[in-house]
Amino acid sequence: MTATLEQEMQDQAAEQEVARRVAIICSKGSLDMAYPGLIMANAARMMGMEAMIFFTFWGMDIINKKKSDKLHAGMLGNPSSPMPHSIMGLPGMEALATKMMVKKMDELDIPHVPEMLEILEDAGAELYACQLAMEMFDLEMEDLVPQVKESLTAMDFWEKAEGAQVVFI
Amino acid sequence: MSTVLLAGQNIEVDKEGFLLNPDQWTPEVAADLAAQNGIELTDKHWQVIDFCRRSAVDKGASPTVRGITKGTGISTKEMYQLFPKGPGILSAKIAGLSKPKGCI
Repeated sequence: MTATLEQEMQDQAAEQEVARRVAIICSKGSLDMAYPGLIMANAARMMGMEAMIFFTFWGMDIINKKKSDKLHAGMLGNPSSPMPHSIMGLPGMEALATKMMVKKMDELDIPHVPEMLEILEDAGAELYACQLAMEMFDLEMEDLVPQVKESLTAMDFWEKAEGAQVVFI
Repeated sequence: MSTVLLAGQNIEVDKEGFLLNPDQWTPEVAADLAAQNGIELTDKHWQVIDFCRRSAVDKGASPTVRGITKGTGISTKEMYQLFPKGPGILSAKIAGLSKPKGCI
């Protein structure tokens, strides 16, 4: 009986030693949907948790070399938009909203998306692209930022995400 | 709040192990806190610790990892080599400061 209890306590101690893990799925490519995933993954690494991000569907824009630094703040269809949709739909309004958001982020010294991806790689976060999304959007590895380790199928993702808390954005 | 024995002193810490009273911090306390987290302090670590303590005095808060890399020129990669179990919290904890409030 004592032996079992001791074993149990040892198991518990070993369990506590295992680092917490988080796997974030980024499926949206607008500025306001890109940052939450990137910041949360970086915060996890800063406190010693393991972190991985799986980019899929519109989230591929975040790691697309041509689009990574040009993400837009999408206000149409967003009930929190500070301006009415009838005005936000006018030409140039989305660009203006994006510009205002980027300006505010610069004031707060929030890195732009490409630098954020570099920081994540340096921090040891693992970045993966969705294989199926790459095929859908005709993307090759050379179209993606160099911080992306490899492309994964959905089943590969679950394999790598074992034991992680999963966040879908 | 609880009290722990570090470098032969009774030190008050919060539930996450951050010092409650920065005046109780000494370089020996830092070395003990580092050892508890598997770190042997090097000159580079001291550069970070000194920056954190200076920054806390100047700005009234512990610097974030981005603040440290920008302020010291130590790269993000190096920060993770110096504090493998989490540079965001360990830099402040070993420097005897409170948990940084920033997110980056």
